[in-house]
Amino acid sequence: MDPTTLLVSMASMGGLGLLFSVGLSLANKKLYVAEDPRITEVTGALPGANCGACGYAGCANFAENIVLGEAELSVCNVASSDAIEEIAGILGIEATASEPRVARIMCQGGDAEAAKKAEYIGIQSCLAADLMAGGEKQCSFGCIGYGDCVKACPFDALYLHGNRLPVVIEERCTGCGKCLDACPRGVIELHPESHRLFILCKNHDSPKESRKMCARACIGCQICARALEGDQIVMDDHLAVIDYDTYGQEAILPTDRCPTACLVVSENRLQQEQEAI
Amino acid sequence: MDPMPKIVGAVKTRTFKKGVHPTDYKAFTNAEKIEYPPLPDNVFIPLQQHIGEPGRPLVSPGDEVKTGQCVGRSDKYVSSPVHASVTGKVKAITTLPHPVGARAQMVHIQRTGEDEWDLLPVPEDWRTEPLENLRELVQEAGIVGLGGAAFPTHVKLSPPADKAIDAFILNGCECEPYLTADHRAMVELAEKILTGMGILMRVLGVEKGYIGIETNKPDAIEAMRACCTRIGLDVPVIPLQTKYPQGAEKMLIQAVLDRKVPAGGLPMDVGVIVNNVGTALAVTEAVTEGKSLVQRIVTVTGNGINTPKNVMARIGSPFSHLVDCCDGLKEETSQVFMGGPMMGIAQFDLAVPVIKATSGIICTTDSISEKGKTLPCIRCGSCISACSMNLLPTRLARLTEMKQLEAAGELGIDHCIECGSCAFVCPSQIPLVQWIRVGKYRLSQLN
Repeated sequence: MDPTTLLVSMASMGGLGLLFSVGLSLANKKLYVAEDPRITEVTGALPGANCGACGYAGCANFAENIVLGEAELSVCNVASSDAIEEIAGILGIEATASEPRVARIMCQGGDAEAAKKAEYIGIQSCLAADLMAGGEKQCSFGCIGYGDCVKACPFDALYLHGNRLPVVIEERCTGCGKCLDACPRGVIELHPESHRLFILCKNHDSPKESRKMCARACIGCQICARALEGDQIVMDDHLAVIDYDTYGQEAILPTDRCPTACLVVSENRLQQEQEAI
Repeated sequence: MDPMPKIVGAVKTRTFKKGVHPTDYKAFTNAEKIEYPPLPDNVFIPLQQHIGEPGRPLVSPGDEVKTGQCVGRSDKYVSSPVHASVTGKVKAITTLPHPVGARAQMVHIQRTGEDEWDLLPVPEDWRTEPLENLRELVQEAGIVGLGGAAFPTHVKLSPPADKAIDAFILNGCECEPYLTADHRAMVELAEKILTGMGILMRVLGVEKGYIGIETNKPDAIEAMRACCTRIGLDVPVIPLQTKYPQGAEKMLIQAVLDRKVPAGGLPMDVGVIVNNVGTALAVTEAVTEGKSLVQRIVTVTGNGINTPKNVMARIGSPFSHLVDCCDGLKEETSQVFMGGPMMGIAQFDLAVPVIKATSGIICTTDSISEKGKTLPCIRCGSCISACSMNLLPTRLARLTEMKQLEAAGELGIDHCIECGSCAFVCPSQIPLVQWIRVGKYRLSQLN
């Protein structure tokens, strides 16, 4: 091959490259948009899960809005208290420490406990089953058991137990609340970590009916409500509900007095889960 | 059983585009006369049996009620009152399983004896009575569309002033397999049905009426034609090709008048009102006899029932009562549906009551809905060729699954009439209608 061809092509390509790089660097100088450096810093401090639970398109978008003062830092449930403090430090504002919250499954009516009314054949999704006569369990308040919440969790903090009840892995749960939106029955609640006593049932049916429907249903016997002073546990249409505003955390009830074992201390539940695994 | 429809003479039959041809299984009951079974001892009247606002109970436990007495109503316009279907005592107002799923409030009435009617005031001659009174009578009688959708008839009879109605179609298609309630009504009660049609046409101020009947009911076509000639009513009986969903309003209008209801529109947008033959029958009973809607014809059929029959059932009779009147279920029966097999609802409890929309109770020994395992879509396009609404069922299902609901909305997911043709033809047995239903619900939650 003619060496000049080589030289000419190398020189012309090199020259073009040089020309464009100069053009690009000039354009970079000329068209530079000054971005608040804090946005990058805040983005770095946020969890980076892009779960969307804050209502923004992702962590970067959320960071932009925090810096602009259009979003409240507290709407991010996922960030740890250290991260919140760090971001508050970057922005020079006061960090409002909020207690981390975790999702709790307020139903214990798995395949073994809840009575069935029919066999369900169709899309394996809680919403689809709920729209179709409410799924196969008789109870119209409890967990349907097809794991829409498991599919919705961006942190892999939920799994479907063999008994077809979702289980929360507390260490992974960030309290983003995605599972609450996915559940068509509203069985999942977010609770501050310090809440330890729960009534894991949502059934408002009369005792006669709820007893037939599920071995773990609250039958509205009021034993727990009477055992505590004042209105710490209130009755709402055959269902005992803990009023966490008045309920003293140190007063843990002897849970073995609940005839259907739906009054549960969270440690017990953790233990049960570990045994089950 | 002969799956092929019998063609009447050499008449060219009209129809709509697309659709499917399920085996009709009508031979079980299409020659069985309508029977009047013994009255049930207990009836359960759901306060919601129609599209629209549920009623509030007007009676309390211990009250004595007469047949035809109103026991629940709402003040809202799009609603319909419900009536006691036997004479007896109100036992309770409780929440019990409802045949369309979930549980609902019902009035439990225990029968104390034979019927004592609480009749509505009837006009001397409906041909001269003010239209407003007739409309009110239809509303008071609790009449809803008895074809299956149960839309309050008085609302249909009051089209807005800007919609000029020029045609009335009486729907005698009964395109769902198994069902023969409308068929038998046309054969046995043709005159009453045509009287009802006359009343409805007068209320609407319509001159032109048509009767659409599928060709698999040659005796019904014959009976209706003969009756028209006898009473001197000048309406053509139009034989329609036996095809599903021929009885859906929009398909029927396309077949009979070659008019196309616009997407998202109503039949009244093209100047048509469609009513079912069962509804016309109920209108006649209300206007000429003063009887509220307390009974309807129900086809109890399928290979899982000992004696398939068409029965005149009181609203609120438990399914088990009708099943007993047909000599009970066979031992190997595995599924019971309310309505037809294409759009009907599987039941989990035979204690559920007959409602105004109960056109049939189908008992089968082989599970109709469980055909087998759902397989991946092979993109054969069968569902698209079947969809009489010209939608893309497989795409809508997929978009719903991927939660792309706006896209599904743009492709017209809300226009799906849930006729079930797509799921019926799907070789991969994908529950397409269920997906579309989920998509519609999710989309409604977004907006």
